[in-house]
Amino acid sequence: MASLIGYYSLIFGFCFSLLIVLFSIKNFRNTNIFDNKIIFLTFMQFSFVVLSFLGLILSFVYSDFSNQTVFNHSHTTKPLFYKISGTWGNHEGSLLLWLLVLTLFIFIFLLRSKEQTKQYRILTLLFQQIIIIGFYIFVIKTSNPFNYIFPIPSEGLGLNPILQDPALAIHPPILYLGYVGSSIIFSSTLAATTLNYISKEWAKHIKNWILVSWIFLTLGILIGSVWAYYELGWGGFWFWDPVENVSLMPWLALTTLLHCILVLEKRLALTSWVVILSISTFTLSMCGTFLVRSGILNSVHTFTNDPDRGLFILIFLFCLIFLSLFIFFFFHKDKTQLSNNFFWLSKETSILINNWFMMYFLAVVFIGTVYPIFLEVITSEKISVGPPFYNKLIIPFLVPFLFAMTIGPKLKWIKSELRNKFNLITFLIISLLLSVLIIKSLNISFLLNSLLITAAFYLFFITLRDFFTRKFENLSQSISHFGFSLLILSILFNNILSTEIITNLKIGETFVTKKFKINFEKIEQKEEQNFKAIIGKFSVENSKGNIEILNPELRIYNQPNIVTSEADIKTNFLTDKFMTMNLVQNQDYFNIRYQTKPLMIWIWISVLMISLGGLKSLIKKKYEN
Amino acid sequence: MYGRKVKLRFFFILLILLTLILSAFLILKSLEENVVYFQSPTEIQSLSEVDKKKIRVGGMVKVGSISMEVKEVKFVITDFKNDINVIYSGVVPNLFTEGKGVVAEGYLKDKNFFLATKILAKHDENYMPPEVKAALEEK
Repeated sequence: MASLIGYYSLIFGFCFSLLIVLFSIKNFRNTNIFDNKIIFLTFMQFSFVVLSFLGLILSFVYSDFSNQTVFNHSHTTKPLFYKISGTWGNHEGSLLLWLLVLTLFIFIFLLRSKEQTKQYRILTLLFQQIIIIGFYIFVIKTSNPFNYIFPIPSEGLGLNPILQDPALAIHPPILYLGYVGSSIIFSSTLAATTLNYISKEWAKHIKNWILVSWIFLTLGILIGSVWAYYELGWGGFWFWDPVENVSLMPWLALTTLLHCILVLEKRLALTSWVVILSISTFTLSMCGTFLVRSGILNSVHTFTNDPDRGLFILIFLFCLIFLSLFIFFFFHKDKTQLSNNFFWLSKETSILINNWFMMYFLAVVFIGTVYPIFLEVITSEKISVGPPFYNKLIIPFLVPFLFAMTIGPKLKWIKSELRNKFNLITFLIISLLLSVLIIKSLNISFLLNSLLITAAFYLFFITLRDFFTRKFENLSQSISHFGFSLLILSILFNNILSTEIITNLKIGETFVTKKFKINFEKIEQKEEQNFKAIIGKFSVENSKGNIEILNPELRIYNQPNIVTSEADIKTNFLTDKFMTMNLVQNQDYFNIRYQTKPLMIWIWISVLMISLGGLKSLIKKKYEN
Repeated sequence: MYGRKVKLRFFFILLILLTLILSAFLILKSLEENVVYFQSPTEIQSLSEVDKKKIRVGGMVKVGSISMEVKEVKFVITDFKNDINVIYSGVVPNLFTEGKGVVAEGYLKDKNFFLATKILAKHDENYMPPEVKAALEEK
C-alpha cells in the first residue's frame, strides 16, 4: 500500500515538473510580475517527492517485501533505526533522496530570492527543472524504488552489515545536501550568465548557497571518514580510494568557488572563472554519481552494476555539460575589470594563487581517479593508483599553499603593503625554531617535514593571533583557516607518531615487544537482535606499566551472513588506542591489530572547525540582511 | 611600446602556461612511478623476468591452503590454471576465506612466491574484484 502511494506520488511529482515548466515559460514571456502560482507548484512537487519518500520509508519500516527494493535491502530482524536508514542505503532509495533534495532546494531558493528579478528567478527554476526532470526519468525508467515482486517473499535479503552504523545512516543525507546543493549554484549561474545578470549583488546572494552546500559537503566527508576509521578496521581515515576522491573533487572546486565569489562580490573580477567553477562543481558531483553508480568503481557505495544506469547518467551528464558550455560561450560577457588596476600584492592575487593550487590538487585527484578507468578501456590493462602517488604530488605543494594562506588574508583589496612585518617575521622564526626542535627530538627525515611543520605552525600561530587582535573582524575566515592549520598539524603528527603491531594470537597467548605487552585473555559470546558477537578481552601493558583493557568485537550477522569486526577505540585528547580482531575460517589464530594513533580526535575537531567557519559566515549574513 | 595592460596579460598567460606544463609533467612522471599493475597467477607464470615493482595479484584462495602462524599467514592464490604461494604478515580482512576471491598487493620474490604487504578488504560476500572476475573468465 505504502509502495503504491509512493509510486503514484512519484508520477504525480513528475507531472508537476511539466506543469512548472509550462507555467514558467508562460510567465517568462508575458508579464513582469512573478507568478506566485509557480511557487505553489514547486511546493506541490516537493510535497509529492516527500510523500513518495515517506512511502518508501514506511515500506521499509513494515518490511513490505512485495517491494523489490525492500526485499533486496531489508530484513525483519533488522533494528528499526537501520530499517529507516536502509531507505537511502541503496541505489534506488538514494536516488529518490537526490530528487528530494533537488526539489527542496529549488523551493527554498524561490522563497528566499524575492529581491531578485523575475527573469532570473524563473530561468533558474527552469534550469533546475531540467535537472529534476532528468532525474525523474532516471528514477522511473532505470531504478524505480517501487518495483513489485510476486509471489511475495517471506523474508528479505538484509542490509550489508557494515552499513548498519549510526554514522553511515546520516552520511548520505548530509553528503547529498552538499552534492545537490551545488545544483542550485549551477542553475542560477547559468541563468545569471544567460541574462547577463552577474553582478556584485548576485555574488552576495549566491554566496549563501555556496556556503550551505560547502558546509554540508565538508560535514558529509567528515562523517564518511570517521566511519571508515572505526568501521573498516584499517585505522586510517583517508585511503585515496576512488570513491573518497569522488567526494573530494567537488569539495575542492566548491572551496575554490567560495574564495572566488568573494573577489566577485568585492571587486567584480574573475567573472568567467566563477562561471566555470560553478559549472564544474556540479559536473563533478554528477561525475561522482556516475562513477559510483555505474559500477565502474567498486566499493561499498556501488550497490549494483547495471550498465543501463551508468549509460543514462553519462548521457545526461554530457547533455548538461554541452548545455552549459553553449551558454557560457554564447551568452557570457566578461565584465572583469581586473587588468585595469591590478597589483601583485593584493588580496585578489593571493586568492588567485590559492585557486591555482586548488586546481592543481583537483587535477591530481582527478587524474589519479580517472586514469586507471581510462587505461582499462583503452588497453584493458588493469592498474591502480595508490596513496604514494597522491602523497608525492600533493604534500610538497602544501608548503607554499600554507604560506599563501597565512599571508593572503593580511593583504587588502586592490593594492596593499604588508602591514605588521615585524609580527609576521617573528612568528615565522618561532615556527621555524619549533619545527626544528620537534624534528630533532623525534629524529625523522629533515627537509620536507621541517618545511611542512613550519608552514603549518606559521598559519596556526598567525590565525590564533587573529582571534585576539582582529576583534572578530572576519572571524569566519579565521576559524576556518585555523581549523585547516590544525588539520594539517594533526595529520602530520598522526602520521609521524603512529605505531602499529600486527600479530596472530591464540586465546591465552601473550605477545611481547619492546613497547607493549599484549595479552589475549579470553573471548565471550553475546546474542543480539540480528547478530552474534564474539568479544575479545585484551590487556595491553605499555613500557610504563599502565594497563589498558580493550574489547574488540567480531559480529556474525544472520542476514546476509557476513562477519564484521568492530574496532575497540579508547580515545582521549592526546591519542587513540585502536584494536581490531579478525578470525580466519577454520583457524585457531585470531588476527590482531593494535595501533596507537596520536591526535586522532583533533583531525575530526579541526574539520568541524573548518565547517563552523562557514556556518559563522552564513549567520553573519543573515544579521546584516 | 606596449601598454601596461597588454604586458600584464601576456605575463599572466605565460605564467599559466608554465604552471600547466610543469604540473602536467609532474603528474605524468609520478603516475609512471606509482602505478600498481594487476596480474593473475597465469600472467605471472608467463613473465620473462621477475620485476622489482609492486604489483597486485588476484584470484581465488585455494581450498585448504591457508595456514596461520604467529608472524604470518600463508596461502595459495589460484586462477584454476596456475597457482602462486603468498606469504603475508598484516591484517587479514574478515571476508578472507578459502574458496573466495582475493586481491593481494606486494612484491614477487620469484614466479612462485609472492610477499604480500596488503590484502585488500572487500565489503560484500558476493562481491568479486572486477580484476578477479576478468581473470577467472579468461581461463
